[in-house]
Amino acid sequence: MPPSSKPEHAAISAISEPAVVRWLLIAAAVLFLGIFLLFPLGVVFGTALQKGFAFYFHTFRDPDTISAIRLTLIAAGIAVPLNLIFGVSAAWLIGKFQFVGKGLLITLIDLPFSVSPVVSGLIYVLLFGLQGVLGPWFIDHDIRIVFAVPGIVLATIFVTFPFIARELLPMMQAQGNDEEEAALTLGASGWQTFRKVTLPNVKWALLYGVILCNARAMGEFGAVSVVSGHIRGLTDTMPLHVEILYNDYQFVAAFAVASLLALLALATLAIKSIVEWKSGRRLKDEPLYGRGAQA
Amino acid sequence: MTFTLKQKSILPGFGLTLGFTVFYLSVIVLIPLAALFLKTSELSWHQFWHLVASPRALASYRLTFGASLIAALINLVCGVLVAWVVVRYKFPARGFFDSIVDLPFALPTAVAGISLTTLYAPNGWLGAPLMRLGVRAAYTPIGVTIALTFIGLPFVVRTVQPVLEDLDKELEEAAASLGAGRWRTFTRVLLPTILPAAITGFAMAFGRGVGEYGSVIFIAGNMPMHTEITSLLIVTKLQEFDYAGATAIAVAMLIVSFIFLLTINLLQVWSGRPRKASPADDEMIPRIDLRPAFGTQEAK
Repeated sequence: MPPSSKPEHAAISAISEPAVVRWLLIAAAVLFLGIFLLFPLGVVFGTALQKGFAFYFHTFRDPDTISAIRLTLIAAGIAVPLNLIFGVSAAWLIGKFQFVGKGLLITLIDLPFSVSPVVSGLIYVLLFGLQGVLGPWFIDHDIRIVFAVPGIVLATIFVTFPFIARELLPMMQAQGNDEEEAALTLGASGWQTFRKVTLPNVKWALLYGVILCNARAMGEFGAVSVVSGHIRGLTDTMPLHVEILYNDYQFVAAFAVASLLALLALATLAIKSIVEWKSGRRLKDEPLYGRGAQA
Repeated sequence: MTFTLKQKSILPGFGLTLGFTVFYLSVIVLIPLAALFLKTSELSWHQFWHLVASPRALASYRLTFGASLIAALINLVCGVLVAWVVVRYKFPARGFFDSIVDLPFALPTAVAGISLTTLYAPNGWLGAPLMRLGVRAAYTPIGVTIALTFIGLPFVVRTVQPVLEDLDKELEEAAASLGAGRWRTFTRVLLPTILPAAITGFAMAFGRGVGEYGSVIFIAGNMPMHTEITSLLIVTKLQEFDYAGATAIAVAMLIVSFIFLLTINLLQVWSGRPRKASPADDEMIPRIDLRPAFGTQEAK
């Protein structure tokens, strides 16, 4: 809802461009977005449905594909709730209290944003791998972390670590402490205050944070690729399965799996628009691009 | 001890949330990252330098930084254009184009990778016409640049957009009433205003490009010395069980990305905030925060 959407007719000509220039600029922008965004999207669905719907749905009956989908759901199913608990805890801590070292804490929470995905995976290999710092101990106790499901879950948690905290924090801060203090003074318990006062105030940010976190958790490729070991049917997530199918020249199947992930992305964008509309404010995209460097 | 360093508050949960936040942060982020530096410290300075500055590594830096820079420059120009058009003009499906700008953030990188490769392959929808023009896009540095342009597309748009939305119309009216033409108003009044935000977006896109992996490896062709990006080199070294080599290059990359982070934060200080988001925000250190959460709300 940009404030500029209502032009004042009298003054408009002096501070606007001639119609020709306007339409040329619009055409250039639409062409750029079309080539770089709509074409790739078109390719995904076009190729996925190349051999018809029957073949498309057939892909999802392949046991390896099913297990890849299951692993992706497991990884996101563990990573998102854990990061949700962390996000709420960190946002409450930073948003509601004044203490020394707050700035440092925020910087550290942002850290995963600036670590490239490959390096994010690598650190777990270095920690839990055969030659790793803690690896030999875990292997002696017959616990496999790297090249197994726990490694994938850890890498997923790492790359989506700041999302929910980052989305909640500005809301919690802006809300101030007055309402909570009033509730406590009136005899509400801490938990009641959080549930009845704080939560309703931040619910949209919370929802959007969860959705973003989930989208990234299901779509992560680089970090998961490094820790997965690529064992078909065992340690393949959906994005990794897309790569395997593609490198096997099973293009249609690869794009069929990719189309599910693309639908997830489109749903994420749609929900973002709805939430922005519902809450009447622009959401911060920070978690998506806040990564100071790298992804 | 912490309690003496904390302002009094009647709100509960400080100890609990502090404990959990620091514990979770340590387990997930700090200890694993420390392992990386611990591993590197096993190398002597000479060994480290030898690994980081090998010809193959140097070639990968040239490609990674070169392609990221060009892609970020493309996004700088096109991003300002898109932001301008979306904020200032009314046209059919404007809302749709505004939302779709975020696609590169939401689309998993592997999906972007295979889709761009298919699109720009010699027989692809866009690859075939380019081939007729004598341009080979896929499996060359051009392909790498295309993938990085896709990945970095939203940054400049999303940093410039709020600045344009908050811009005072009076500024332009003043320029116009003083006799400046549209172009002059744009270059002298509007451009200086959006420049800090645009540069910040540019730096973010550049930084993101340097670390990118998934969307690039399919279209790159991955020939050592020629189309091999640094992230892939790390993965290749890992697959060859060359942990020392992978770690050394990873540390070098990590240091570079911290420099990016610092630069971007300094840029934010330079660009300043169009409006104070909330009093509480003043106490926070500068950080990646380009769209003051409540800027638009206040504007209403």
